[in-house]
Amino acid sequence: MLDAVDLVAIFDGHRVLDGVSLHVEDGEILAVLGPSGAGKSTLLRIIAGLLLPDSGTVSLDGTDITHLSAHLRNIGMMFQDEQLFPHLDVAANIEFGPRMHKWPAPDVAARVDELLGIVGLDGFGGRRVDRLSGGEKKRVALARSLAPRPNLLLLDEPLTGLDRELHDRLLMEVGDVLRATSTTAILVTHDRDEATALADRVVQWSDLQRSRE
Amino acid sequence: MDNNRAALNRLPRWFVALLATAPVLFIGVLYAWPVATLMWTTVRRSRSGISPFDHAGRVIWFTMWQAAVSTVLTLVVAIVPTYVLARFRFRGRRLLLAVTTVPFVLPTVVVGAAFIALLPVSWHGTAQAMIVAHVFFNIAVVVRLVGSMIALIPHDLVGAARTLGASPSAAARVIVLPLLRPALWSSGAVIFLFSFTSFGVAKLLGGPAHPTLEVEIVRRATQLGDVRGAATLSLVQLGLLGVVIVWTTRRQRRSAVELHGTAAPRRPRTHRERVMVGAVCAAVAVIVGAPIVALVSRSFDVGGMWSLSAWTKLGNAELRPGAGLGVDPFAAVGTSLRFAAVAAVIATVVGFLAAAAINASRRLGKLLDAGLMLPLGTSAVTIGLGMLITFDTPPFDWRARWWLVPLGHALVAVPFVVRALLSVLRTIPRDLRAAAATLGATPIRAWWEVHARALRRPLLAGAGFSAAISLGEFGATTILTRSGSETLPIAIGRLLGRAGALPRAQAFAMATILLVLATVIVVISGSHERLVSDDA
Repeated sequence: MLDAVDLVAIFDGHRVLDGVSLHVEDGEILAVLGPSGAGKSTLLRIIAGLLLPDSGTVSLDGTDITHLSAHLRNIGMMFQDEQLFPHLDVAANIEFGPRMHKWPAPDVAARVDELLGIVGLDGFGGRRVDRLSGGEKKRVALARSLAPRPNLLLLDEPLTGLDRELHDRLLMEVGDVLRATSTTAILVTHDRDEATALADRVVQWSDLQRSRE
Repeated sequence: MDNNRAALNRLPRWFVALLATAPVLFIGVLYAWPVATLMWTTVRRSRSGISPFDHAGRVIWFTMWQAAVSTVLTLVVAIVPTYVLARFRFRGRRLLLAVTTVPFVLPTVVVGAAFIALLPVSWHGTAQAMIVAHVFFNIAVVVRLVGSMIALIPHDLVGAARTLGASPSAAARVIVLPLLRPALWSSGAVIFLFSFTSFGVAKLLGGPAHPTLEVEIVRRATQLGDVRGAATLSLVQLGLLGVVIVWTTRRQRRSAVELHGTAAPRRPRTHRERVMVGAVCAAVAVIVGAPIVALVSRSFDVGGMWSLSAWTKLGNAELRPGAGLGVDPFAAVGTSLRFAAVAAVIATVVGFLAAAAINASRRLGKLLDAGLMLPLGTSAVTIGLGMLITFDTPPFDWRARWWLVPLGHALVAVPFVVRALLSVLRTIPRDLRAAAATLGATPIRAWWEVHARALRRPLLAGAGFSAAISLGEFGATTILTRSGSETLPIAIGRLLGRAGALPRAQAFAMATILLVLATVIVVISGSHERLVSDDA
């Protein structure tokens, strides 16, 4: 259960977030729908711990984590442009999280195999990531972010930049994977169809902002 | 296919050949021939009392380890400032970037003199003084090469590692460091080569007890008259440099990873980041400023007393009646400026012709490009020695000709000019010349209008950089110089070798003049922008 309360972020004098509040139940997939450049990515980065809000709090299961370092939160994130580690192969990308969390080696290996199966990339473990197609990269990014069993998964426009057919197919698959792993997730997107297809609940970005007098 | 189509408005072959003639002659006569002579000399001349390998093992070992220590230390000292400059946006960032490149364009003699002025006397003539100066000199290499790589690592890539459970230090170790490895290898290689072939700094700061290969080659050639030994050591050095270049290039290739992102520098956000930026600014200011301030202030310090006499007495070549200074400071300034002008003209003309020829033709271009880069991988002393022993027999007895020295300077400068010009030429779209052709321009006219004219500013920058190189050149000049036409670096080197407070203060005064001249030329010609600009 995640609660973000009254988050404010100011960059170069510009209020990117102006009192944003948000609540997600365990196991729920929430979609935040809003235009590009509205500050949705900033919200996710604050929840992930990559940015510090100027004010407001983030709490996970009732514990205030606003000032907790990103690596101690176990909140996963799937980036718009994947951000796969270019010097590591597919398996090494996926096992990165479990290794950072010091899982025992056999568990790590089993987890990688399991996830390659879940995202439909059996046998891709040894591939270089810069040789993958766009869709394959998205699958690896999803597998990598799920690997350490995050408390919460943040999806930042995860399927942008794919052609329509691939987009729709992956959309179904991502939904299936999230539900199969009963992952709590927040999806931000500008695509209404994507939001309704994937999420249990859709909120408008404008509704999250504090009503201003 | 593409070749055939391009051939329609390609420059005529004879024209390209004409362009290439001067650079080919230049490199052939001034580089290939002298190197061949060096080889021949080591084989042929055998009647010399001294074995070429007398002490050589010790000298080679010392040269290697001081270069290795200098390299590692520079990387360690420079990595945090490099990271901060590449990652963060803050007021004064561009100024700080310019400041970090200052030591790199300073003449080595000025660096040597500045550290003599700065360091306590107990450090003079020690290996550590030399290494400290090498670190000062080479920080810019790391800031440039590694910094431009850091600017390619997306912030989110590190963010991804953090969300997967990597602590900041783990992310730096497991993600950032491996991605920087190729840049670390290439900057390490450059620093190693500079430190390995260090002459000015090694001679002035290391003293006679710590000769590097360069210093030893000069000692043998000019003091012992052991030309064969010097030639042999030159070739040994050339060989070692070749091995280092090949090895590091391999390592670099193996660790190369393609990065497609760009990460614009961002404002520091947390308190810790702001402290880090502040600390780096202060540290860089001190590291770069201290030696320069010491140099200038010590020129007003004669025997512990504040005095203008070092400056006022620069005009007379006599310390006191009957005791000559041994050098004429004002004449040295004149000689240096004259040589710099000549070297700049030669280097710019040859560099322009070469860059144009390289750009116009593929196979010949690659060959010429490689040939012109050879002087870069050759030490200045080797170049000077090669020229000295090549041009000593009629009809090529040019040892007494004044223009031999600026020719040597031009040889050292040409690779830099070619690099600067090619980097601009390669950004010009092919179709621009095709467009000119459709508008009625002949191939040569189109080339002139589109290519040659685009080079005006880089040519000026190249000329300025060549002049600065010539002003500060010490290694080749030491070997080729004739008495009566000493350049500033030679005069400074001589004065620093003399006892007494006044000659020393005068050396600092002249080093200050050289510092100002070199800086002014680099700034006016805009060549410093070439070193700083792409971070704008």
